[in-house]
Amino acid sequence: MVWDWLPEYWPRLLEGVWITIQLLVISLAAGTILSIPLGLVQVTGPRFLSWLALGFCTLIRGTPLLIQLWLIYYGLGSLFPGIPGLRESFLWPYLRDAFPYAVFAFTLSVAGYQGEVMRAGFLSVAKGELEAGKAFGMSRWTLLRRIWLPRAFQNVLPTLGNEAILTLKATPLAATITVYDVFGVATIIRQETFRIYEPLLLIAGIYIVITLIITLLYRWIENRVPKPV
Amino acid sequence: MDLGFIDLSQLAYNPPGRGRLLLIGLLATVQIAIGAYLLGLTIGFLGALGKLYGSRPVKWFLEGYTTIVRAVPELVLILLVFYAGSGLVNEVLRNFGYRPIDINALLAGIVVLGIVMGAYATEVMRGAITAIPKGQLEAARAFGMSGRMTLRRIIAPAMMPLAIPGLSNLWLIVLKDTALLAVIGSIELATRTRQAGATTREYLTFYLAALVLYLLLTLVSMYLIRHVERYFRRGLRGANT
Repeated sequence: MVWDWLPEYWPRLLEGVWITIQLLVISLAAGTILSIPLGLVQVTGPRFLSWLALGFCTLIRGTPLLIQLWLIYYGLGSLFPGIPGLRESFLWPYLRDAFPYAVFAFTLSVAGYQGEVMRAGFLSVAKGELEAGKAFGMSRWTLLRRIWLPRAFQNVLPTLGNEAILTLKATPLAATITVYDVFGVATIIRQETFRIYEPLLLIAGIYIVITLIITLLYRWIENRVPKPV
Repeated sequence: MDLGFIDLSQLAYNPPGRGRLLLIGLLATVQIAIGAYLLGLTIGFLGALGKLYGSRPVKWFLEGYTTIVRAVPELVLILLVFYAGSGLVNEVLRNFGYRPIDINALLAGIVVLGIVMGAYATEVMRGAITAIPKGQLEAARAFGMSGRMTLRRIIAPAMMPLAIPGLSNLWLIVLKDTALLAVIGSIELATRTRQAGATTREYLTFYLAALVLYLLLTLVSMYLIRHVERYFRRGLRGANT
């Protein structure tokens, strides 16, 4: 094993880790927000929206993320230059960059998988609690905000930690559309130094460390939230 | 036919359409997925037994295997196993005086994904075996069954209904994970799609077509899984609900 390339590439690796974490955190946050309505309409209806949500979740969960990512980056990305005026607009620099496409694809993916989790979460809240809220004269919105949503989150909290780790493990796919996350940097190192194993082993270690941090973080959150009875 | 953004004539079965190539890729995807799944199940069954009844070094080895594989991204694992594996094979060949060979893409995909799936299958099956009521194993011993016979007649059939949900999930995962092989260049659907998209620049058409094909694979699988589950759960109480 040869590690003499490490000092030279260390700063770029750290930049890569930072990109990976940004990608992970933004798409987890945005995906979680989207997953709430996706789960909710599947439980409450109206039927048209619930079918739409079910279809979306099935499509996301039933196809490889890599294909979704390529469809969004290469497929949708190839349409934008044809739209008149877009090249001159303020949006163009973002549309040329790969990172927003990756964030978009990962957000949809998180939303699809987590929408299914939230559906189960909403279903798991006992009817009596919702009836009690209604008896107190809560409006539907207050009921959702004060009882249904927090109780649903509480029930699915252990699952959410797993989802976060699965998303982390999917982030290297972004390197295939020229996002230089930590995996992308490792690919550059492999091409420039001709070392095959060392960079891969190093980032495998980095991913294990990030996984460990996520596990501890979610355990900390879980301990602060009262256990579901 | 031209639908504006999507050019369906590109998907025609005969050249210059690339429909045939995509279908060949689809077939390879299914073959790789089935092979990797069977390999994963075998590793998983042996791994679960090793984790529960093996000697201490065996347990340590398996613990390391499942922990590392489940914490490291599949993409990184696929590259590591692929390079390490093909390097090893060629090293051995060279030592015996043969020329290095190109690794068969189908076989490489099966082995690489099988090793990854094996770690998940090990955990699923270990959980299922531990969930078998102790009384059943004690009953087997009381009847004088040998270890091997207990395994064949009691453990294997009793753990199946408990393992089935996890294992069917794993099938859906391996089906989608085959697409990752496009990174090392394979012959399956994702690789074929990327090649077709890059040569014709009709990215949207081909990636949408691939998306539909993968979705069909998943939907057909889910339909079949429902029947398999019913078969394996036939002995359980409340199985028909």
